Amino acid sequence: MASIGTPRYLNGALSASYPFQDRPPLITVTPQGLYCAPGDFHIDPWHPVERALITHAHGDHARGGSRRYLGARTGEGLLHRRLGADSAIDTLPYGERLRINDVTVSFHPAGHVLGSAQIRIEHQGEVWVVSGDYKRAPDPTCEPFEVVRCNTFITEATFGLPIYRWDDTRLVAEDILRWWDANRAVGRSAVLFCYALGKAQRILAELARLTDRPAYVHGALNSLVAVYREAGVKMLPTQLVSEVEKGTSFAGALVLAPPSAGGSTWMRRFGEHETGFASGWMRVRGNRRRRGFDRGFVLSDHADWPDLLRTVADTRAERVLVTHGYTDPLAHYLRDKGVDAAPLATPFEGEAED
Amino acid sequence: MRRLADLYEALDQTTSTNAKVEALVRYFKEAPPEDAAWALYFLTGQKLKRLLTTKLLVGWTQELTGIPDWLFAEVYASVGDLAEVIALLLDGLERPAEPEELPLSVWLEQRLLPLRDLDAVEQRERVVSWWKVMPRRELFLLNKMLTGELRVGVSATLVIRAVAQVAGLPPPSVAHRLMGTWKPTPAFFKQLVSPDVSDGDRSRPYPFYLASPLEQPPESLGELKDWLVEWKWDGIRGQLIRRQGGVYLWSRGEELITERFPEITEAAAALPEGTVLDGEVLAYENGRPLPFAQLQRRIGRQKLTPKVLAEAPAAFIVYDLLELEGKDLRERPLRERRAKLEALLKDRPRVPLSPAVKAESWDELAKLRDQARERNVEGFMIKRLDSAYLTGRKRGDWWKWKIDPFTVDAVLLYAHPGHGRRSSLYTDYTFAVWNGQELQPVTKAYSGLTDEEIARLDRWIRAHTKEKYGPVRSVEPEQVFELHFEGIQASPRHKSGVALRFPRIARWRTDKKPQDADTLDSLKELLHAVH
Ligand SMILES: [Zn+2]
Ligand SMILES: [Zn+2]
Repeated sequence: MASIGTPRYLNGALSASYPFQDRPPLITVTPQGLYCAPGDFHIDPWHPVERALITHAHGDHARGGSRRYLGARTGEGLLHRRLGADSAIDTLPYGERLRINDVTVSFHPAGHVLGSAQIRIEHQGEVWVVSGDYKRAPDPTCEPFEVVRCNTFITEATFGLPIYRWDDTRLVAEDILRWWDANRAVGRSAVLFCYALGKAQRILAELARLTDRPAYVHGALNSLVAVYREAGVKMLPTQLVSEVEKGTSFAGALVLAPPSAGGSTWMRRFGEHETGFASGWMRVRGNRRRRGFDRGFVLSDHADWPDLLRTVADTRAERVLVTHGYTDPLAHYLRDKGVDAAPLATPFEGEAED
Repeated sequence: MRRLADLYEALDQTTSTNAKVEALVRYFKEAPPEDAAWALYFLTGQKLKRLLTTKLLVGWTQELTGIPDWLFAEVYASVGDLAEVIALLLDGLERPAEPEELPLSVWLEQRLLPLRDLDAVEQRERVVSWWKVMPRRELFLLNKMLTGELRVGVSATLVIRAVAQVAGLPPPSVAHRLMGTWKPTPAFFKQLVSPDVSDGDRSRPYPFYLASPLEQPPESLGELKDWLVEWKWDGIRGQLIRRQGGVYLWSRGEELITERFPEITEAAAALPEGTVLDGEVLAYENGRPLPFAQLQRRIGRQKLTPKVLAEAPAAFIVYDLLELEGKDLRERPLRERRAKLEALLKDRPRVPLSPAVKAESWDELAKLRDQARERNVEGFMIKRLDSAYLTGRKRGDWWKWKIDPFTVDAVLLYAHPGHGRRSSLYTDYTFAVWNGQELQPVTKAYSGLTDEEIARLDRWIRAHTKEKYGPVRSVEPEQVFELHFEGIQASPRHKSGVALRFPRIARWRTDKKPQDADTLDSLKELLHAVH
């Protein structure tokens, strides 16, 4: 396999075709995280800093301990849950511009989870967009992705391999419902594991288009479902598993739980059941079999391969930096296609369960 | 083909054995015999010879998708299954809404097998034209057939149970009819499910009865006098058949190995007509088994020269009598079969009776068991004297009581990603023991943890990585594991100076701290004690 070599960007020597090649990069990687010097703030820092701009409330992006936070307004409820009620969190409506020191920033929908944002940073005519995590597939629980024209686009690459392409979400939801029905018909419960923030609510919202039967939820999901309900997202009625009276049968029920609940004693109450896992990783058969789930539903809150390529093209960015997951293959592929692209090393892991 | 894809998916999507049998029964009820025969062929683990080289298939996929070599390699590394990689990559192509559907037997007999006689240009044209119209699931199965890798994850017992249910026959009859070699023809399948019980093929062995590992203390089996105890020989389990003038020696893997063992064949020819023996093929001299390595010379590709025959003479140590004078004795109690064997095998040095181990008590037996390693045996077989000869691994009547493995508590030091479909998890580990103040790697081990433990350990590894060396991670030395192994040898190739045989993980000792792990000195002491 060809080696990727040291990205030019990290050497400080920018490509000749880049319109702002004589300037220092607007965002650099520091031990604390992505840092914008002219604005003097960090983006999704992994250590406490003075001022943090946050793309969304997932654990690898929103971490506690910083002095001040700024996020998108619709994500406020989730950020408070994630960072603690007494964290100093300011918010901006999508699209509204704010001057911070020498730069202008604004938040734009990323389509990933409720309140997720791409952060646009403009400095003396040069525009950078940090995508955070994003997807292009329609999702009834959050604002759709907005294409933002920029010079440098920092994209994620959680599913940056050409085997990852998603089917229409509605077909996946119908599949989940058929599985639930089949289990119901034989008196089994169907326990569906999914990421607690975003995926669970998306499933509940997609299913609400097909049925109005209530679903049971694990405690880890329940409070997050409540935040989504407050934000006006229409979902299946839900009941907390731990509030169900002892001895009640779960036969025929659909139960949503985080993957960490699998194999725990918590599962015992469901009696005879099948397990499913809703995740983009389920696209590969071995991933499901390896983890012993009966069913895998391919459903992700990240962009698939075709949408990663499409988005890079849509932003018309002259330079692309790649974080999260399959950074090297995506950057390499883009370079083969003539795009000035390089991996950007960060500790973002992508949602391992997403 | 769609019916097979449905079956494959149904089997793949459940861990319940009942649901698997149901899916199989549904398939065999609905499928015409010519398709059912082929499905059975694959379900019983038989394989087509590879029809096309991987290289061709990969090349055509790249032409169709524009995926460069390096990216294909990257994808393959993350999926680990070529047929699946191709199916997933081709999924991006436009496909017709109503793909054509052909029966499995037509696919195999009229499309796939004829590929062998075509040149590469013609092969490409045909395969690509199929790829362009097939749905993903069928395409995956097609690729598996092309590469000769189609394997369905279901045990023979379940397949037999399902066919028996469809045919209305007892499972042992179906199992018997499936033994040996057969061709996937409609005639074969019809004969398999026919109620007529007269069987034509005289070379055919009976299904083997397998012992279960003894996990409880042997005293729990009750009184020793109700049991027959034999050494557990370390050779090749087999069946020796003497019927209608012929001799057939089958391995448990259902391979005819008659030709490889002329001395056994010759001795068996002197047995009475209609005799079937269950036993173990061993390299054997002067009434003692030789090490397994000697036997390997007889089963490998090596030519059977007079030298090999002289240096590694073989014998068939007899455990059981399944048929005598053409009568099936499997339902008779072991006591009775054994008595008949004693008379039958007198003065037959190449087909000796496996001797009974005499002991007065389980305690005495346990002491004898300690000699197992010196005797080149693996432990004991313990069989209930009243038992019939059953099929498969039914618990309760036959036990294997193996020598206790050696154990060592070691610290997890490095994690490696698994292979193939395990490649997204850290499943292979390097363990270390204390050498003074330092942890010295001593062995790798990968099996023994449950899926859930592997997933939990994988998360721990990712969160406690110290350094990455390519795909390998070094981790904080915190986790202690109890390893079992079968032997230990001095090894100049290993930095530790020792090599463990068959190491595997017995349990995750979350109750232990790294400082509780064993030392290299204690392993070296063990080395001297056993050699
Ligand atoms: Zn996220
Ligand atoms: Zn992320």
